[in-house]
Amino acid sequence: MQEAEVKVRKRRLERAIKARTDTVFVIASPGDILYVLAPRVVPMAILLLLPLFVGGYHSKVIVHACVVGLLALSWELLASCGLFSLGQSLFFGVGAYMAGAMDKYLHLPIWVTIPVATLGGGALCALLLAPVVRLRGVYFAMVTLMLPILFKQIIEAWGILGGTHGLSGLTAFPNEWLDKYLIIVAFITVLFGLRSLITSDYGLVLKAIADDDRAVMSAGINIYSRKVQALFIAASVASFAGAFITHHYQFAGFSVFALDWAILPLAAAAVGGTGSFAGAALGSMILVPLSEALRAMGGLRMAIYCAILVFAVLALPEGIFRFLERKYQEFETVIEVK
Amino acid sequence: MSAETLLKVEGLGKSFGGVMAVSNVDFELKRGDFLGVIGPNGAGKTTLVNLITGFVKPSRGKVIFNGKDITGRKPYDIANMGVARTFQMVRLFHNMPAYKNLIIPLCSQRVRKLRGGKYGERDDVAIDLLDDMGFERTSNVPYKTAGSLPHGYLKRLDLARALALRPDLLILDELFSGMSMAEVAGVLPIIEKLNTQGLTTIMIEHRLRELFRVVDRVMVLNFGVKIAEGSPDQVMDSDEVKKAYLGVDVEIPRGKPA
Amino acid sequence: MWLIVYGIISSVILALYAVGFSLTYGVSGLPNFAHGALYILGGYAIWNLMNVAGLSIIAAAPLTVITCGLLGFGLYWGLLLRVRGIPLSELVVTFAAGVAILELLTWSGFYGIRYSLPVFWEESIEIFSVVIDGQRILVLATGVALVILLHLFVRHTRTGLAFRGLAQNERTALSVGIEADWIGSLSVAMGSGLAAVAAVVVLPLGMMEATIGYEVLIYALAVAIVGGLESTTGMVLASFIIGFAQTAAARYIGPKWMIIVPLAAIVLVLVVRPSGLLGKFKELEERV
Repeated sequence: MQEAEVKVRKRRLERAIKARTDTVFVIASPGDILYVLAPRVVPMAILLLLPLFVGGYHSKVIVHACVVGLLALSWELLASCGLFSLGQSLFFGVGAYMAGAMDKYLHLPIWVTIPVATLGGGALCALLLAPVVRLRGVYFAMVTLMLPILFKQIIEAWGILGGTHGLSGLTAFPNEWLDKYLIIVAFITVLFGLRSLITSDYGLVLKAIADDDRAVMSAGINIYSRKVQALFIAASVASFAGAFITHHYQFAGFSVFALDWAILPLAAAAVGGTGSFAGAALGSMILVPLSEALRAMGGLRMAIYCAILVFAVLALPEGIFRFLERKYQEFETVIEVK
Repeated sequence: MSAETLLKVEGLGKSFGGVMAVSNVDFELKRGDFLGVIGPNGAGKTTLVNLITGFVKPSRGKVIFNGKDITGRKPYDIANMGVARTFQMVRLFHNMPAYKNLIIPLCSQRVRKLRGGKYGERDDVAIDLLDDMGFERTSNVPYKTAGSLPHGYLKRLDLARALALRPDLLILDELFSGMSMAEVAGVLPIIEKLNTQGLTTIMIEHRLRELFRVVDRVMVLNFGVKIAEGSPDQVMDSDEVKKAYLGVDVEIPRGKPA
Repeated sequence: MWLIVYGIISSVILALYAVGFSLTYGVSGLPNFAHGALYILGGYAIWNLMNVAGLSIIAAAPLTVITCGLLGFGLYWGLLLRVRGIPLSELVVTFAAGVAILELLTWSGFYGIRYSLPVFWEESIEIFSVVIDGQRILVLATGVALVILLHLFVRHTRTGLAFRGLAQNERTALSVGIEADWIGSLSVAMGSGLAAVAAVVVLPLGMMEATIGYEVLIYALAVAIVGGLESTTGMVLASFIIGFAQTAAARYIGPKWMIIVPLAAIVLVLVVRPSGLLGKFKELEERV
C-alpha cells in the first residue's frame, strides 16, 4: 500500500473573511481576527509607543509628521467629496492665528484656545469658501490657493495680529508629554474617525457627490450644503493642527500660510495614495521623516517635494498604501486538504 | 380625489443660444395619470424633463407641482417635493456596490420625513427595493460594483434609485433604450403596477409598442412644440403627427388590442 | 490724468500676464499653473542670452519666446499627456512643476540687482502732462497688438479654427480630424510663448526675482476668475477693473495694497457672481 500523500493547497485569508462586500466580515478563528486587526493596531501601537523610546529631535519629527498627517487627512476628506484643495495652509493658518490671537489678546487658557480655534477656524473657512463650492473643481483649487496669500498680505499691510513679526511669547503646553501625545492621539482619532465617517451613509453621500453630483441632486440631496459641511469638518481638522502648532512653538507668524503647508500634505496624500485616509496618513509618515533628512538641502526642499509630487501623480497613481493593501490581501496560508 | 391636479405646466419654454429647444408647452397631469411623451430625436423631450426637474432653468413659463410653483427651483428641492426621474444616459455611482446606490436617495430629507425618523436599516430597504427590480437578494448581483453590471441592470438600478425617493411623480427618460426585449418585459409590469397603485408617471420613450400598452395619454413634441395630445390611437391618427414624427404613409403600431 | 494713464498701463500688464493662461485654458481646458514659472523662465532665458551668450535684444527676444514655447510643448508631451483628461491631476502636475522651477531658480540664486534687463527704449514721452517712459509705451503697444493678433488668429487661421473647435466640443472636433493632443500641446506652447512675451516686455520695468513668478500666477488667476474662465472679453475687462483698482490703491492707500486688490476682487466676485463677470454660468452650473 502506498504511503498516504499529504495534500495541501494555498488559501487566501482574505477570501475566507470577506463575504460579498468589503464591509461584511466573516470571522471564524483567532487567526482571522489577527488578520483583520493587525494592520490597524500594529502601526498605531508603534506610533503611540515610539515617543517613549526616542526623544528630543526624533520626537519633534513625530509631532511634525502628525501635524502634516492631519492636514493630509483633511485634504483627503475634501477630495472624497470632489473638492480639490490647494490651500491646506489656509485652514492651518486660520487655526494657528485664531489660537494665537486668543492667547495673546484675551489671555485665554490653552484648553479654551485650541477647541475654539478648531471649531471657529472650521466655521470661518467654510463660510469663506461656501460661495465657491458651486463651481467646478478648478475654481475651488484656485481660490484655496489664493486665500492664504490674501490673508498673509492683509496681515502684512494692516500690521494686525503682530504684522510681520508675528505673535510671539504665547503659552506653551504645561508639559512635554501632553504636547506630544495630544497630537498623536488627535491624529489617530481623526484617522479612524474619518474612516468610519466615510463608510457611514453620510460619507457615502459625500463620495457620491464626487462621483456624479447631478444624480445626487436628483435623489433629493442638497449637495451644496453637504459640501459646506464637509468643508467645515475638514477645515476644523486642519485648524486644530494649526492651533496645536501655535502652542507647540509658542509662536504664530506668516509661515503658517506658507506654501509648504499646502504642498506637503498634498504630496503626502499623493504618495500614500489618494482615495483612502490610511494612504494619506501613511504618506505623511513616510514623507515627513524623509523631508527631515533633506533638511540639509535648505531651499531646495520645496523643489524636491514638488518633484516627488509630480512623480507620485504620474508614476504611482495607486499610491503606496493601495500597493501594500493588495500585497497583504494576497497573503496566503498553506492548509491541508482532507 | 381622483381629479386632483398634480402637475401643471404652463407656457414652458427654453432657448439655448437663440434656438428654442422647448417652446410654449402646456399640459396637465392628474394624480394617477400615465402620460407618454414621444417625438423625433431633438424634439426637446429630455429638455422638457430637465425643465420640470430643475436641471435647466426655463426661459419662460411655469411649472406647478402639487399646488406649488416649482419653476426654477433647485433640482434637490424639486426631488424632495416628490418628483423623481431617471436619466437617459444612466447616472449612477459606478464605484459603489449596486445596493449602496440606493442609500443616497434614502438619505434625502423626503425619505427621512416620510419614514418619520424610523426608517430601519437603509441597507435592508435598498435590498428589498432591488429585489423588486429583479436583483435577486440571494444572488450576489445587488452587492456587485455598479460599474461592473450589464446595461439592463444599470437601467433598472437607475429606476430603483428614482423609486427609492418614494416619489409622487415619476419621470422616465427613455428607460427602455438599450434594454433587451426580455428586460423590457420584466420592467414594464412593475411600472404598470406602480401606476395602478396611484403613482403618476411620465414616460418618454422611443419604443412605441411598449409605451402604448401602458399609457393613458400621449403627448407629441416636434422641434420643441407640442403638436398633439390625446389617447394613443387619437394621436397616431393625426395627420400632423404622421408627417412630423413618422413621415407619411408609414404603418403605425396600434395600442394593445382589446 | 496720471491715474488714467498708469491705470491703463497696469491693466495692460495684467492682460499680458493673463493672456497666455487664458488661451491655454480656453482651448484645451488645461489650467496651466506653471504659467508664473514659465514667465520667470522667460526672464531667465533672455538674461542669459544677453549677458552670457552676448546676443542683442533683437535676437534674444524671439529666441526666448521660442524657447519658452518649446518648454511648454515639452511640458505637455513629457508630463501632461499622462494625466490628460483628469483636470485635478493636470492642475497638480503643472502647479508642482511650476513651484519646482521657481524654487530651483531661487535656490540657484536667481534674484538681486544683478539680474535686471535693459529697457528697450530709453526715452520717455509726455502725454497730457504725464511722463511715460519708452518701455511702458512698448508694453502698451505689445499688449494691444497681442490681443488683436490673437483675435485674428483664432477667427481666421486654420489652427485658430481648430482651437475653437476643440474648445467648443472636443468629441466633434476629434471626429472631423482635429488631433486633440497636437492642438492641446500647441495651446500650452503658445500660452508659454505668450508668458515669455510678457516677460520680455514687462520685466525690464523692475528687478527680476523668482518669487515674481508666484505673483504673475496669482494675477493671471485673478484676471481669469474675475473675468470668467472661458471669456476673452471678460479677461480684458477684468484686467482693466483690477488694473485701475490696483493703481488707485497703490497711489492713494499704499503700495502694499497692490496685491490685496486682485485677491479682494476675487473674493468679491465669487460672492456676487461666482462664474466671473462674463463667465457662462449656465454651463458652469450644469457641469459644476
